[in-house]
Amino acid sequence: MPDVSTPDRNPAIIARDLAKTYGAVEAVRGVSFDVAPGEVVGFLGPNGAGKTTTVRMISCFYPPTAGAASVYGLDVRSKPREVKRMLGICPQEDNLDPDFDVLKNLLVYGRYFGIPQKEIRLRAEELLELVQLSDRKKSAIAELSGGMKRRLILARALLNNPRVLILDEPTTGLDPQARHAIWTRIRALRATGVTVLLTTHYMEEAAQLCDRVIVIDNGQVLLEGSPQSLVDREVGRTVVEAWNFDEGFEAFLRGIPGRIELVGDRLYFYPREADHVERLLDERFPHQERLIRRATLEDVFLKLTGRALRD
Amino acid sequence: MREIWKNLSLRALRVWQRDADVYFTTWKTEFLPPLLEPILYVFAFGLGLGQLIHEVHYQGRSLGYLPFMAPGVIAIAVMFWAFFETTFSSYVRMYYQKTYDAIVATPLLVEDVILGEILWATTKAVIAATIMLVVLTALRLVAWPSGLLVIPIAAVGGLLFAGLGLVTTSMVKAISQFNVAIFLVIMPMFTFGGTFFPVDILPPWALGVAWCLPLTHISLLTRAAVLGWPHPMAVWSAAYVGLAALGLTALALWRMKRRLVP
Repeated sequence: MPDVSTPDRNPAIIARDLAKTYGAVEAVRGVSFDVAPGEVVGFLGPNGAGKTTTVRMISCFYPPTAGAASVYGLDVRSKPREVKRMLGICPQEDNLDPDFDVLKNLLVYGRYFGIPQKEIRLRAEELLELVQLSDRKKSAIAELSGGMKRRLILARALLNNPRVLILDEPTTGLDPQARHAIWTRIRALRATGVTVLLTTHYMEEAAQLCDRVIVIDNGQVLLEGSPQSLVDREVGRTVVEAWNFDEGFEAFLRGIPGRIELVGDRLYFYPREADHVERLLDERFPHQERLIRRATLEDVFLKLTGRALRD
Repeated sequence: MREIWKNLSLRALRVWQRDADVYFTTWKTEFLPPLLEPILYVFAFGLGLGQLIHEVHYQGRSLGYLPFMAPGVIAIAVMFWAFFETTFSSYVRMYYQKTYDAIVATPLLVEDVILGEILWATTKAVIAATIMLVVLTALRLVAWPSGLLVIPIAAVGGLLFAGLGLVTTSMVKAISQFNVAIFLVIMPMFTFGGTFFPVDILPPWALGVAWCLPLTHISLLTRAAVLGWPHPMAVWSAAYVGLAALGLTALALWRMKRRLVP
């Protein structure tokens, strides 16, 4: 087994050759990465890529089939209680306790950490203030909206003053307002120096929040880097999207250095040199229906993981 | 299995406390069934069936049908309360509410959750047995102080059925499958477990089966305690119930861990 113990000032999270097999299914096949203290790292990948399984191994939910991982030098396999004491975990599915009201959810959760009741109560009040749920203390969980539930889950994850926050698809299913509210909170937390490991399949979320993204598919790391460096490296700065085009247009683009992708009735062109493309197209095909836009992480993602549907 | 043993801790009490908190926030409705159940049985069987059966021969003595049946009702309550808690209620918490997932995101381990659930179900059985003991005492059906032994009997019997319930939970693929377990395991005990008639009147083959059922031993013990009649088999029954309780608890821990941790 690889050595993943670390002295101080080394990475907050170390994973080496992590693998997880469920029966005959290899969900994660040798994933290695480091997360520096205070860094925000996002796992990006389609459904079933192995993101959740990877963070679940870091969270000590599932023991790795092979490989090793540590959080601040503590091995996830041999020291699960100590590791989990340092973690704040926001799961993908809402698992608030429906048998308790909002405040009691936090009080009971704090008890699992062994925090004294008086201290939990103070901390719970503070956190409810932070996530703007102070006026819902006595509400039943079933009365909360999706966004409120997510905020309460975030508050719950912060109850033990975690050194590492693990967010598994923190905004899936939320409306834009609720999503931005969560992002604002996460950015504020990041400013306090908390290390964050998140999974998402929203490119914008990764671009907004992460210092670094790790693109994962079929249980393996495809690529990693800062959102902007990945875009620059993988697809360049500009994308041309065109529709209702003829063969002449396509042939013209094929004459320019770059990459063409045809998806249904739409054409995507990723030019190697973006500078003159717009002028060239204006001159040669002034009536062509097209859109020239900045390349995004989404283009990187689709290039790497393909456009086939996943479930 | 060794790892499970190593991971057991008093933190399980946090899970027990969670379940207890839920129970006591609705204690008025929770207390009602164990309070009313014996009264219902006493009226239906005691006053109804008791009219037809004037006396029961038990351990070479004869007694009225109501005093005979009442301790059996306590044994049934222990079985039902513990078994239902770790089947339907635990399954809801595990599968629908994802409560276990939330708890294992804290320093608690899966083992703490499983043990906490078993201990809570056991507690619930003890609470039910205690309430019934009070009601039956008010009806002058309990010999004291031997009647107090009902409480430790309910604790060990409760542990047995809590373990059995969780073993069942570890196997079902859908909540409706519990009905199969109830039909095949719980109902035969309810009817043939020395509850409504003395097992010695059964033909030998059925008597053999009856002695295998845990409830037969638990009802033998509650009856000895409530009537204040020492039973020659009591030590063996206590040993059987105690060993089965420990064995089923260990089996529940092992099976549930396998279900919860892939």
